Amino acid sequence: MGNILSLTTFIPLLGAAILALLLRGDDEAAQRNAKWVALVTTIVTFVTSLFILSNFDPADTGFQMVENREWLLGLRYKMGVDGISVLFVMLTTFLMPLVIASCWDVTTRVKEYMIAFLILETLMLGVFLALDLVLFYLFFEAGLIPMFLIIGIWGGKNRIYASFKFFLYTFLGSVLMLVAMVAMFAEAGTTDIPTLMTHSFGTEDFSLLGIQIVGGMQTLLWLAFFASFAVKMPMWPVHTWLPDAHVQAPTAGSVVLAAILLKMGGYGFLRFSLPMFPVGSEVMGPLVLWLSAIAIVYTSLVALVQDDMKKLIAYSSVAHMGYVTMGIFAVNQQGIDGAIFQMLSHGFSSGALFLCVGVIYDRMHTREIDAYGGLVNRMPAYALIFMFFTMANVGLPGTSGFVGEFLTLIGIFQVNTWVAVVATSGVILSAAYALWLYRRVVMGDLIKESLKTISDMTKRERLIFAPLVAMTLLLGVYPALVLDIIGPSVNALVGNYETALATFEAATQFAAN
Amino acid sequence: METIILFAPLVGAILCGFGWKLIGETAAQWVATSLLFLSAILSWIVFLTFDGTTENIQILRWIESGTLSTDWAIRMDRLTAIMLIVITTVSALVHLYSFGYMAHDENFKEGESYRPRFFAYLSFFTFAMLMLVTADNLVQMFFGWEGVGVASYLLIGFYYRKPSANAAAIKAFVVNRVGDFGFALGIFALYMVTDSIRFEDIFDAIPNLQGETITFLWRDWDTLNLIAFLLFIGAMGKSAQLFLHTWLPDAMEGPTPVSALIHAATMVTAGVFLVCRMSPLMEYAPAATNFIVFLGASTAFFAATVGLVQNDIKRVIAYSTCSQLGYMFVAAGLGVYSVAMFHLLTHAFFKAMLFLGAGSVIHAMHHEQDMRNYGGLRHKIPKTFWMMMIGTLAITGVGIPLLYVGFPIGFAGFVSKDAIIESAYAGTSGGYAFWMLVVAALMTSFYSWRLMFMTFYGTPRGDAHTHEHAHESPKTMLVPLYVLAVGAVFSGMVFYGPFFGSDEKVGKYFGAIDAYETTEDHALGFNLISPASAAGEETDGEHGEEEAHWPEVPGKGAIFKAPDNHVLHDAHYVPVWVKLTPFFAMLAGLALAYQMYIRRPDLPAKLAEQQRPLYNFLLNKWYFDELYNFVFVKPAFALGRILWKRGDTDTIDGGINGLAMGIIPFFTRLAGRAQSGYVFTYAFAMVLGIAALLTWVTLFGGAG
Repeated sequence: MGNILSLTTFIPLLGAAILALLLRGDDEAAQRNAKWVALVTTIVTFVTSLFILSNFDPADTGFQMVENREWLLGLRYKMGVDGISVLFVMLTTFLMPLVIASCWDVTTRVKEYMIAFLILETLMLGVFLALDLVLFYLFFEAGLIPMFLIIGIWGGKNRIYASFKFFLYTFLGSVLMLVAMVAMFAEAGTTDIPTLMTHSFGTEDFSLLGIQIVGGMQTLLWLAFFASFAVKMPMWPVHTWLPDAHVQAPTAGSVVLAAILLKMGGYGFLRFSLPMFPVGSEVMGPLVLWLSAIAIVYTSLVALVQDDMKKLIAYSSVAHMGYVTMGIFAVNQQGIDGAIFQMLSHGFSSGALFLCVGVIYDRMHTREIDAYGGLVNRMPAYALIFMFFTMANVGLPGTSGFVGEFLTLIGIFQVNTWVAVVATSGVILSAAYALWLYRRVVMGDLIKESLKTISDMTKRERLIFAPLVAMTLLLGVYPALVLDIIGPSVNALVGNYETALATFEAATQFAAN
Repeated sequence: METIILFAPLVGAILCGFGWKLIGETAAQWVATSLLFLSAILSWIVFLTFDGTTENIQILRWIESGTLSTDWAIRMDRLTAIMLIVITTVSALVHLYSFGYMAHDENFKEGESYRPRFFAYLSFFTFAMLMLVTADNLVQMFFGWEGVGVASYLLIGFYYRKPSANAAAIKAFVVNRVGDFGFALGIFALYMVTDSIRFEDIFDAIPNLQGETITFLWRDWDTLNLIAFLLFIGAMGKSAQLFLHTWLPDAMEGPTPVSALIHAATMVTAGVFLVCRMSPLMEYAPAATNFIVFLGASTAFFAATVGLVQNDIKRVIAYSTCSQLGYMFVAAGLGVYSVAMFHLLTHAFFKAMLFLGAGSVIHAMHHEQDMRNYGGLRHKIPKTFWMMMIGTLAITGVGIPLLYVGFPIGFAGFVSKDAIIESAYAGTSGGYAFWMLVVAALMTSFYSWRLMFMTFYGTPRGDAHTHEHAHESPKTMLVPLYVLAVGAVFSGMVFYGPFFGSDEKVGKYFGAIDAYETTEDHALGFNLISPASAAGEETDGEHGEEEAHWPEVPGKGAIFKAPDNHVLHDAHYVPVWVKLTPFFAMLAGLALAYQMYIRRPDLPAKLAEQQRPLYNFLLNKWYFDELYNFVFVKPAFALGRILWKRGDTDTIDGGINGLAMGIIPFFTRLAGRAQSGYVFTYAFAMVLGIAALLTWVTLFGGAG
């Protein structure tokens, strides 16, 4: 099993190829076949990924199951997992079958839709597994194309606007990251990520266009990567593409976007920013902390006044990602453990919330909150599921949402109590907007004529939610499942970071003397 | 055994909530109820055989990250044991009561199955509450803390068709979250200074933190005071203390059994429990405990004033609860934790009883809750009347002052409330808290008797048809009342010794002092009248009794008392007039109520007319809701709208992104012409990027 990582990554692509080459026609049978092929492919991918998990040794903080091959043009094809990335891989493979199952009722261009999702899965897995800058960049950027197609072709009325907004934001960020990558290669002479992680980039202050750059090269590189990851997260104030993208995306697209694609930003911070540019991170850390704290309060308040369900949940996503960036740049064990946990948990809960919107959107074809009310009367099972994930979303202890929030907050409290207080106030606001949404959609008497015949969730819909409920509860009650795996790697990450900083500070002291 | 007590309600909730379709509605209700009775019986066994030694039972690992390590675990000590019997007993009785009360509910349509849901929520609540009190660390306590919050939210909003119920549910949850915000910060701070969140480690670490400071926000604070204060904010939310009390009266939107269980006997006392549980911290946080005393006394007064004029029978009792919780906080803040727990225990019995009695009245009157439409009901529902009478005698504190036969003679409230008032006198040298509590006692008596007189005496008012059909409640509703009545009458006298007896006895009971005597009377859990200590407590005003030696440092037993804390001891030697004051306050309240509602029923209306502004001020609950709405709720929504429209749409999209926004329409037009051409534009840009990178790589030496 020397190539288990590549195998897992490319099985979905194989599925996509099979669909593209072998499946003909667009009748009902062909559509059904396309869905089945996609579903089976994603399930097989998940099963294969289980081998990664079972072979993974948490105690080893280096990269494992590494594949290192010659590639074209003297580049190398290098893949590997460590404690930081392995669970993101699992999250992706776990969610994709559910995503496919959730688009069972789609009838337009089904084959292409399935192909888009399968290619997307390959590219997402590649991002988390790539150990070479060029390879990473390739996966990272290419992943946007299928997402564009998903929004642009299967999206809502304003899809062109939304996808362009998405394009411009991410593109600008990526360009800067690309420049930084070139600069890194120029300095270190390699694109190998593990090597770059041990390379110390220049930290001498210099002035650029009259501005004194503290932390020198590292700060600049950090900023360039930040541009890309901050947009991806998304962080305030570059978050505005997300609500629009979510509103226009089809349900399955929203699920992937919220549950997996956003996590690439957080993963990027952990893989590049912290280990490669510790000085840059230290210089810019306070900025990130404050942006995160502002994001939590700001977007929660905005979420409070939304009248589109998806927009509300999108804003709530931004708030939740605020906890993630805050935890990462607290740079201590609890903060980063919490950030990773929060990302995984958000993958389940926000994915589920978008599916919840999807359930009623499929029935009523509107996302307007005012169009609903009193659904509990006809949809008790739906009310229960929605309630459950609402509670997970507000971070109720016992659900996975709590663990991440709690850890990031306890981590940040030790670093900056101001940020901690502002961020903690988010728990009040999240309760307000989430319950207010729930009340308007689910509670009350069923008065609207159009809702009188609405039907409760089908067996298929329930089956999709079941694993999400199980994971949310399981991780909430027994978070050791995650923390045991990520703990040692995070510990090493924090240790290296502190060593690097100590070296830097010793050097500056020395220079000053 | 503790594990069974803890999880039986959860199993009940799951079986009842999800299994009722298989086993039928009635069977599901019985499953939940009998599992709770099992819990209750086991709790009593645990309570009566408990010897005061702290025990830890580990169940499962929970959050572990770096030095932070939390388990799901049970901490068994005296505090836990007391809470176990309170929670499971009241909960079991409320389950039983709900068979009758929830049998036919007009808020639901024919054929709707709401009963299993109700029972499942009740059982789930009980589980969460048990988690709260059995926690061996703060985070697990927080789990229970928020868990009961959710259960409360679900039950307040149980009548989901009623907009008022939905609003009240959200309000309860959000206001509680304000408290939780403080609680959480307190936990973070404790972790920062002690590197642990387990009670044991925290208690061990606290003496060394005296005089330390911590930087929090803009300045340095005394560590222990700050943490105690933050935790108390949590307690304020859960226990509806002044400023965070607004949710409790609205919570009466829930079905009455819920009010009895959650909003009177158990959940709202969690704050008191928290302060008692953290006694090692509180003992070293004088500024914070002074604040607790002040706020508790103010709440007791404030809530009582509002209770004077409310017309909804449940709201009167709700404000009464709020006020009584204030009493408990005064005791806890003064450092007489055992007395706070004493009142918590007796209050659970008589207040649950008052609520269930009120429920029985409401049931009889076809869900009419306005006391102005009651009157003369004592003939229609005599059993309920007598039960309510016992509850009223208990809450107003009827007893025989100055008589002491090893314990005072009187109803539960008499014993425990007077204990608090005497402690307040001893602890504040007759200061603010003492007088507030005395005045509140007078008002308590007034509004309680007012409730009795308006409901059961006089002539029937309101809808004649309803009065004609008023009927006594079924057995399932009356039996719980009888059981609680026993508690309301006797719990004060029976538990006087261990909670407010001699310093030594209390110390032993709570496990802080080793029991060196024969263990036989400890096998019972409490010694009734041990002649030696009874003799020492003759209320002759002399300090005849030696003060016992409690441990100098925390860690042993359920509560801790600093060596310089003599309130418990001194409370036994207050002047006679202090002991008589609450009694006369009670009589005055009774006389006043009798005058206004029996002899001159026209007086209240006239008085209200004369004192219109004051009357409105009280009737509108000091305008807290209006104030908060104006200061917090509306601005939050307005700010959200401004940030969205002005911030996101205008500034960010319009400003930072102005250039891009100009380009989009151009591309869009382009895309319109060339089908999905934009994708290729992007792909092209990306390929260009890759090409640039590749060129660079190939030109300047291969990859590493």
